[in-house]
Amino acid sequence: MSTTTETPVDQSAHKHTISVLLENKFGALNRVAGMFSAKGYNLESITVGPTEDSSVSRMTIVTRGDDAIIEQIIKQLNKLIDTLKVVDLTYDSFMERELALIKIGTTPDNRSEIMQIVEIFQGKIIDISHKTVTVEATGSGQKVDAIIKMLKPFHIKEIARTGRVALKREFVGEA
Amino acid sequence: MTQHTPTSPQRQMTGAEIFVRSLIEEKVDIVFGYPGGAVIGIYDALHDISDITHILTRHEQGAVHAAEGYAKASGKPGVALVTSGPGATNTVTGIADAYMDSIPIVVFTGQVALKLIGNDAFQEADIVGITRPITKHNYLVRDVNELAATIREAFYVATTGRPGPVLVDLPKDVMATKTVFSYPKTVKMRSYVPHTEGHQKQLDKAIALIEKSKRPVLYVGGGTILSNAAEELTKFARKTNIPVTTTLHGLGAFPESDELSMGMLGMHGTWYSNTAVNYCDLLIAVGARFDDRVTGKTDAFAPEAKKIHIDIDPSNISKNVKVDVPIVGDVKKVLQQLLPQVTALDTKDWIQTIKNWKEEHPLRYKNGKYIRMQHVIQTISEVTKGNAVMVSDVGQHQMWMAQFYRYIHPRTHLTSGGLGTMGFSLPAAMGAAFARKDLPIISMSGDGGIQMNLQELATIREHNVPVKILIMNNGYLGMVRQWQELFWRKRYSHVEMFGPDYVKLAAAYGIPGFRATLTEEVDDIVKKMFEIEGPVIVEFKVVKEENVYPMIPAGQTYHEIIDVPNEQTVPVNDEQETDLSLVTITKG
Repeated sequence: MSTTTETPVDQSAHKHTISVLLENKFGALNRVAGMFSAKGYNLESITVGPTEDSSVSRMTIVTRGDDAIIEQIIKQLNKLIDTLKVVDLTYDSFMERELALIKIGTTPDNRSEIMQIVEIFQGKIIDISHKTVTVEATGSGQKVDAIIKMLKPFHIKEIARTGRVALKREFVGEA
Repeated sequence: MTQHTPTSPQRQMTGAEIFVRSLIEEKVDIVFGYPGGAVIGIYDALHDISDITHILTRHEQGAVHAAEGYAKASGKPGVALVTSGPGATNTVTGIADAYMDSIPIVVFTGQVALKLIGNDAFQEADIVGITRPITKHNYLVRDVNELAATIREAFYVATTGRPGPVLVDLPKDVMATKTVFSYPKTVKMRSYVPHTEGHQKQLDKAIALIEKSKRPVLYVGGGTILSNAAEELTKFARKTNIPVTTTLHGLGAFPESDELSMGMLGMHGTWYSNTAVNYCDLLIAVGARFDDRVTGKTDAFAPEAKKIHIDIDPSNISKNVKVDVPIVGDVKKVLQQLLPQVTALDTKDWIQTIKNWKEEHPLRYKNGKYIRMQHVIQTISEVTKGNAVMVSDVGQHQMWMAQFYRYIHPRTHLTSGGLGTMGFSLPAAMGAAFARKDLPIISMSGDGGIQMNLQELATIREHNVPVKILIMNNGYLGMVRQWQELFWRKRYSHVEMFGPDYVKLAAAYGIPGFRATLTEEVDDIVKKMFEIEGPVIVEFKVVKEENVYPMIPAGQTYHEIIDVPNEQTVPVNDEQETDLSLVTITKG
C-alpha cells in the first residue's frame, strides 16, 4: 500500500528517506500516518509491506524537513509503541526503487517510438491493445520521473505509481 | 473403549471474569465507571467482587478525570470502565488531558461484538481510531486468549517510561467467550524498552557545566513528581545550592518554604523566578518540557544560559528549545546518579541577588472589604500549611492557586496544565479523595468550570467523599475576560455568565453549603468547612474584575513582563473600594 501526496514545502528543507521496522499489527500504518498529520510533518510518500519476518513490517517514508524537524520525526517514530527500529537512510549509501505503471494511448505511427523510449529506460511493455500500451518502469524516483517526462508528449491515459522502497547498501565500492 | 473427555486443570472463565481477575492481579482497588449494553457482562462479573470498589460516576468524563485525580494523588495507575459508543466518546477529553499531562491511566471501553464492528451497530464508535493520537497506546482485543496479556501490557505501558493513558477496547462477544485464565508474570515487549539510566558521558558533561556555573537555576517540571523524585531533587538543590523554580506541574516537587525556592515560572510565574531564568548562566531542566506557557518566545528564553535537560522522553529534548546537554533517563535515577558526583557551589551572591528581587517584586494584591481569590487561597495555605491536596480547575483561580498557596509536598497540587480542561477539578478531587484519605482535599473552580462537571456532586454525595468544593464566583470567565480587557480593547464578548444559587444547589444534593461575600467572613467559613466531615460547598462571591499578574503575554519575552500594577483599581460589585491594604507574599 502506498500513497503519494504533494504538499508545498520549504525547498531548503532536505529530502530524507527513513526506513521503519514495526510490529505487523492492526493499525500500525495508521499510527505512523496519523502521527505525521497530527504533527504537521511533510509526507511525500509512504510504503509499507511485509518483511522476511512475517511479524514485522517495513515502512519506507520519504519526507522533507530541516535538521530539527527530521530529528523530531525520528524521535516521534521511535516513540510509537509498535516501532522496532528507525533508520534515516539519507546519510548512508542506500538502494531505492519506485515502480510506475504508465498506460499510453497509441497510434500505429508512434508505437515503435514509445517502445524505443521504454527500452532505453529498461522498462517493460506489460500490456498492449490496439489503442494502448502499458509500461512498467522501475528505478530511482528520478528515473521514473524521467521516463514519465519522456512519455508525456504521447497521450498518457493513466499512471499508477508506488512510493519509494529502500534498503541500506552493504557493499560500498568506489564510485 | 474409554471415552476421552477433555479435562482442563483450570476452570474456564469468560472474558469478563478474566478482565476482573486481571485487574485484581494489577492490584487495582478502585474503578471509576459507568455501565451500558456493551459492558453489561463485565458489570455482571464485577458484581460479586469485593476486592475492587466501583464508583459510579454521573458522566464518563467524570470517570476519567476521577481516575486521573486518583493516579496523580497516589502515584498508582487510575482505571476507568465505560460502555461503547457515547460512553467511549465521552472519555475523549479526559484521555486527552491525561495524555498532555502524562498521567498513567487505563481506560477500558466496551465495544460492539466483533462481527458487528464497522456495521454502524447501535452504540458503535471507532474509539481506537478516535483515541489513537491522544493515547500513549491503545488496543482492540480480538481474541479472548490475548485479553490477559493485553491488560498486563496496557498497565505496563501506562506506568513505565513517560507515563500516559492507554485504552483497551473490549468487544462484547470476546468478553463472553471462555478460556483458561493465566496472568503473565512479566511483560516483554521487543518494541518498547524505556531506558531509565542517564548516560555517564552526558552526566560528565552536565557536571562540568554545573561546576563552572555562577548563576544556575533548576527548572523543575511535573516529570520530577511523576518519577517520585521530589526527595532526590530537594537533596540535589540543597547540596549544590542551586535555586529552584517549578512549572505548574512541578509545584510540590520542592518545598516552597525553602530559601532556594522561587515559586513558579512562566506566563504567570513570579517576577523573580522569571528574572532569575532570564539572567541565569545555567538552566537545568528536570522533567520539564519547555512548554510555551513557560518559555514565551523560545529563542529569548534563558538567553544567557547553557541548558541541561533531564527527561525520560527523547522527543522532548530540543523539541522547543535547543539544549546543550540532554540526559535521557528517569529523573529519579538520573538525580541518584548525579547526587554523589556533584559538589556544593558558591552561589551566595546569586542567591542574595534573587533575595533582593524577591523583596522588590513580591507576589502581591490589594485586599479590601470584598473577597479576593488570592486572599481565600492564602488563608487556606496558612490553615493547611501544605498538608492538603489542592485541586484547581482552569483559569484565574488556577494561577492564583499556583501563586498564593505554599506547596511543600509532591502530589498535593493537581491541575489540568497541558490541555487546560475546564471541569477537571471536581471529578479529579473526588478521585484524589479515594487515594489520600489522610489529607483534606480542596477542589477549587470558577463559576464557569464548576458547571462543566457539576453532575459529580451526586457521586460525591452518594459516597460522602470529603471534598471541600470551593466555587470562586466572579460572574465571569475571568481569564478570558482578563485577556479581552488587556488585549482586545475591553470588548467583553460572551464572558459574563449567569450561575445558579450554589447554596440551594448544595441543599438539593444534600451537601452542606455556604456563601461568603465579605473578606471578614473568609476565616470563619474556611474554619467551618474543615470542621465538617464529608463534602462541603462554599461559594465565594469574589471581586469581578481582578487580574492575574505578573504576566508575560503569550509568545513574548521576559522583557515584556507586566508586574503587579501598584495602582490596580478594581471595580467591585458596582462600588469603588477605597480602604485597600497591600498584601505581599514571597516563595522561599
